[in-house]
Amino acid sequence: MKDMYDVLVIGAGPAGSIAARTAAEKGLDVLLIEKRQEIGDPVRCAEGVSKVHLKKYVEIDKRWICSDLNASHIYAPDGTKIEMAEEIAGGEVGYVLERKVFDRALAEQAAEAGAEVMVKTRATGLIIEDDFVRGARLMHLGKEYDVRARIVIGADGVESKVGRWAGIDTSLKPIDIETCAQYLIAGANIDQHHCEFYIGNEIAPGGYIWVFPKGGGKANVGIGVLGSKTGKFKPRPVDYLNRFMEKKFSDARIVEMVFGGVPVSGSIEKTSTNGLMLIGDAARQSDPITGGGILNAMNAGKIAGEAAYAAISAGDVSLKKLEEVYEKPWRETMGHDINMSLIVKNCFINLSDEELNSLAYSLKNVKFERMSLLDLLQALFKANKKLLWDLRVLFKDAAKEVVKNKT
Amino acid sequence: MSLKINRYKCGYCGACVGVCPKGALELVETWVEVDESTCITCGICDRICPVGAIEVMK
Ligand SMILES: Cc1cc2nc3c(=O)[nH]c(=O)nc-3n(C[C@H](O)[C@H](O)[C@H](O)COP(=O)(O)OP(=O)(O)OC[C@H]3O[C@@H](n4cnc5c(N)ncnc54)[C@H](O)[C@@H]3O)c2cc1C
Ligand code: SF4
Ligand code: SF4
Repeated sequence: MKDMYDVLVIGAGPAGSIAARTAAEKGLDVLLIEKRQEIGDPVRCAEGVSKVHLKKYVEIDKRWICSDLNASHIYAPDGTKIEMAEEIAGGEVGYVLERKVFDRALAEQAAEAGAEVMVKTRATGLIIEDDFVRGARLMHLGKEYDVRARIVIGADGVESKVGRWAGIDTSLKPIDIETCAQYLIAGANIDQHHCEFYIGNEIAPGGYIWVFPKGGGKANVGIGVLGSKTGKFKPRPVDYLNRFMEKKFSDARIVEMVFGGVPVSGSIEKTSTNGLMLIGDAARQSDPITGGGILNAMNAGKIAGEAAYAAISAGDVSLKKLEEVYEKPWRETMGHDINMSLIVKNCFINLSDEELNSLAYSLKNVKFERMSLLDLLQALFKANKKLLWDLRVLFKDAAKEVVKNKT
Repeated sequence: MSLKINRYKCGYCGACVGVCPKGALELVETWVEVDESTCITCGICDRICPVGAIEVMK
């Protein structure tokens, strides 16, 4: 470890590793730190990811693919089943990863590109001078070090402190977080070609249960519950999950337990300041409906790595510059999708089980392989007029999609 | 002490750290530490813990 770098990246999840790799590929001097002793472990993820999008950031490697899916099945509270073929379900599912291997492979790629990587190294505070972030205080094996950098990138996940140290309040309200529990189960002989989602206020208030096959008959069976719908005197995610396990997989063996929180707040107001950018879960960039955050984290990492290069070469790492090279590009692309998802989330969390059933019923026989967003909205319209009114802004997007497809 | 973390139950996931409005919690490798001087015993961490490993006594 040196005492000065061009870029210091805090946190070696998908966001941090891609940022470090991108910046190092541009020739910058990069340090990537991770507080855990093993990158990627313990896992805090259901590990589902869209195939097409993943390929944009990394070459697919069989070592970290557990299963290759071709459909999702969604179950309404009364058991009504909706089947979605790959093309439309593509959003979040496609591959199920082995994140312990995946996260490590990404960090290794950053190292190969020239970044220095240090594990068991935790940031404990920032060095701030003249209103500029100029590095961080690190703790490695019980000793403290000051490390300076032209740009600091906070990729420290859901428990992010980096933003707060710089005066950006990233704390999540209970309604802004899905609180999760998951078991990796074996011995249940799970079909390996499709994933399942279960929705309903009795099953998973403000969230859902998922079953993601993980190869060899195993699966990640997990639940997310909206933080505002659980609590001290209510069942916890782990209680709902146990109930579901008893009903569906009473013979299965639990070979791993996972807990976690996913931000579903939608875009926050600020993700950079003088000398600092926040990316991935630290910037609350996960999708408010699905809770999927791997791809957004990688996307933000790539944008931030390039932004670091642009800002450092221009000799200007001020907030104004970072707004131009980081904030603007991510908000105009991924940020737009996150905002749309937030609208849908706010609407869905208030639906009763009857409303969910009637929606599912009207979608049951729709052929999803050939469906566009506009078709989906029309089908929804027949089922629930109020829902459609709440989602009216999405029509603008659908209309744009139609125009785009025509030209 | 007004806040108890059961470290035998905790899954060190960091969700509580993300919701604490005061930044009073910190996940250090496999355990959660609390800064008693900044905690305002609001109880949000207790509310969202997926396993119920935190108890806040108001
Ligand atoms: C139960 C669950 C299921 C999920 N399922 C999916 C899914 O199926 N698909 C999907 O796309 N997303 C899913 N997500 C979300 C996904 O896991 C995250 O969005 C993604 O990991 C975010 O990547 P990141 O790099 O921003 O943060 P992380 O992967 O959380 O990485 C942050 C890293 O920073 C480190 N760190 C934190 N503080 C410090 C510090 N002070 N110093 C040094 N290092 C530090 C942490 O140890 C961690 O390794 C799920 C989340 C949960 C909890
Ligand atoms: S939310 Fe609960 S399980 Fe997760 S780190 Fe905090 S106390 Fe532990
Ligand atoms: S009670 Fe409130 S202030 Fe105290 S640690 Fe929990 S969330 Fe933070």
